Amino acid sequence: MAVKTEPLFLNLGPVHPSTHGVFRMRALVDGEVITDIEPVFGYLHRGIEKLAESKSYRQFLPLTDRLDYVSSMNNNMAYVMAVEKLAGIEVPQRAEYIRVIMAELQRIIAHLLAIGSFFNDMGTFFTPFFYMFIQKEKITDLFEMVCGQRLLYNYMRFGGVSHDLPPEFIPALTRFLDEMPAEIKKYERLLAENEIVLARSKNVGVLTREMAVNASAAGPVLRASGVDWDIRKVDPYSIYDRFDFDVPTGANGDCYDRYRVRVEELTQSLNIIRQAVNGLPKGKVLNPVPLRFRPPAGEVYSHIEGNKGELGFHVISDGSDKPYRIHVRAPSFINLTALKNMLIGWKLADAIIIFGSIDICLGEVDR
Amino acid sequence: MTVQLEYNRIVEALPQNLASSVIAIEDHGLIIQPERLTDIAAFLKVEPGMELDYLCSITGVDCINYFEIDYLLYSIKLNHRCTLKVRLADKSEPAVPSLAGLWLGAELQEREIFDLLGINFSGHPDMKRIFLWEGFPGHPLRKDYGHGC
Amino acid sequence: MEIGSGINSMDLDLHEGHVIEDLKNSAASALPEPSRWLDEEIERNIITTTVDKLLNWGRKTSLWTETSFTACCTFEFISTSSSRFDIARFGMEVLRSSPRHADLMITAGTLTWKMAPQIKRVYEQMAEPKWVIAMGACGISGGIFADSYAVVPGYNRILPVDVYIPGCPPRPEALLAGIELLRKKIEKRSIAKGN
Repeated sequence: MAVKTEPLFLNLGPVHPSTHGVFRMRALVDGEVITDIEPVFGYLHRGIEKLAESKSYRQFLPLTDRLDYVSSMNNNMAYVMAVEKLAGIEVPQRAEYIRVIMAELQRIIAHLLAIGSFFNDMGTFFTPFFYMFIQKEKITDLFEMVCGQRLLYNYMRFGGVSHDLPPEFIPALTRFLDEMPAEIKKYERLLAENEIVLARSKNVGVLTREMAVNASAAGPVLRASGVDWDIRKVDPYSIYDRFDFDVPTGANGDCYDRYRVRVEELTQSLNIIRQAVNGLPKGKVLNPVPLRFRPPAGEVYSHIEGNKGELGFHVISDGSDKPYRIHVRAPSFINLTALKNMLIGWKLADAIIIFGSIDICLGEVDR
Repeated sequence: MTVQLEYNRIVEALPQNLASSVIAIEDHGLIIQPERLTDIAAFLKVEPGMELDYLCSITGVDCINYFEIDYLLYSIKLNHRCTLKVRLADKSEPAVPSLAGLWLGAELQEREIFDLLGINFSGHPDMKRIFLWEGFPGHPLRKDYGHGC
Repeated sequence: MEIGSGINSMDLDLHEGHVIEDLKNSAASALPEPSRWLDEEIERNIITTTVDKLLNWGRKTSLWTETSFTACCTFEFISTSSSRFDIARFGMEVLRSSPRHADLMITAGTLTWKMAPQIKRVYEQMAEPKWVIAMGACGISGGIFADSYAVVPGYNRILPVDVYIPGCPPRPEALLAGIELLRKKIEKRSIAKGN
């Protein structure tokens, strides 16, 4: 006999430990089951796109760090590439290699945090997270060597990168590359075949291939649904066409697949970094550009494979030293489109896991 | 490499009644009449050889004399892209048909443009502010909004 | 009777005899009344102090943090609380998701006007005595976003702030230094003065 229950309105966030920042969901639950949900945005909307209009191209660069604050290097790279395309600035080969090394190290950080917090949501409170944080701190040290910052690096410049690598960087990076595969094995032994993990994430929160494409999902969320779409492969930018790497995809589009895609991307990123270190040419790292320069009037859309999906900058110039309009194609934000379809019908405790498996960063969602 | 679709090819492929609503071909996109946006997008989404099935990004721009909205479309299968643009001369009550019926991915992005630029998307299932709160004066990304808080 | 390993029951009897003799010899006189030696123990183990000092010691060594973090600085806070910088040294590793359990708010991140009522509400739900650390440039003045239409120029517009930590974001060492400052501030409190 079915139990008759009354619908209950439940508010999650914006101050809530499982919403990865200041995200908010209004849920209607029938017992434990979610019958309707409305995501509420904007609690971290800082008006970055408006601020861009009153800053010079160079002044806007530090603001890109603060979009998705766990992938500053990627954000820097996407923005400088857009402006370089607009103004026709050449980048030295050494700088291209350094950019790729930094972007892939950043991807490792972001995926470690994504996986760690995904397991936090699942209930393994902070144990895997702290294991992953140990490695995250090692990469942070590498970044600190090259630019002096620990989180918001502001390392890339139009025409290259701000500083060359210090002499101690490559030995430290090699040490990290040598020990990381064993660490990944450790995570796998701890988590991949764990019965609770399997029970709670397999076939949970399925996003079908059709729905993923229709909802403009990107990055690991899209690839977990079986779409082989990685900007590094389908539209190679920078020097990614010189490296040999695979694009991991999932089959079912469930939470487990999204987690697996991220774990496998860790190994692929290590591969790319190894190849980039081996091929690293000598030479200068920056073709200097005046602080206030005027790109020709026009518009450009430039994109990279950020760690959460396609990160694009649509820059429109009117020929002055300030951008006329900058629009950020924010993968975290657009990945949330399908959230409602993914959550309805699941229990509240599953909803937290499904939400965690999308991996968003509120700085990028709200901008 | 994601190929840029040649706009002449698109115009040739469009049936007569839709081709007439193409206003101009520019370097950065195909400028079309706002009223026919949904029809053209629906056609390009399924037409063999086009199959632009992925709505990547929507940008709204205040160009002083008019509003411009850029739609960037990809084909996942054929790996090419194209940009559709609509221009809205009526700045007092700008409105454009919503693409949310064709692509779920348009839903949040259109709400963002409604919030920050004040452009209404007719036919959108839930047209309301997304980032700013109800009662916020004006639309900040308009050029006449000014800077500062 | 042989028990094993060259021991027989006679050895056990001899051992028992020794134990009895030893106890008998050590019990030649009566034990003193307990209260006489208990006094000595109390003198060795009791410290006299002021109520203020005791309270402040308790408060400053178990600051529990509210987890209402908004933006980027959160990651430097997590770095501080994880094993490398080990915030547990200060008795602060307990992060509370419920404001009613917390007495410290670390404002890690940019505050927007849309978020401001929520943060104020969280602050009001925290039990007295409570403290606020404004972490990072955004927490102090709005930082890089101070010009924006949506950003609150500093948490001190809506909450009383005790300690300001500059940086964008502040390094974990800076955060620990800020916490140390707050501990010094707590030491100066006095219930006689009503705070």
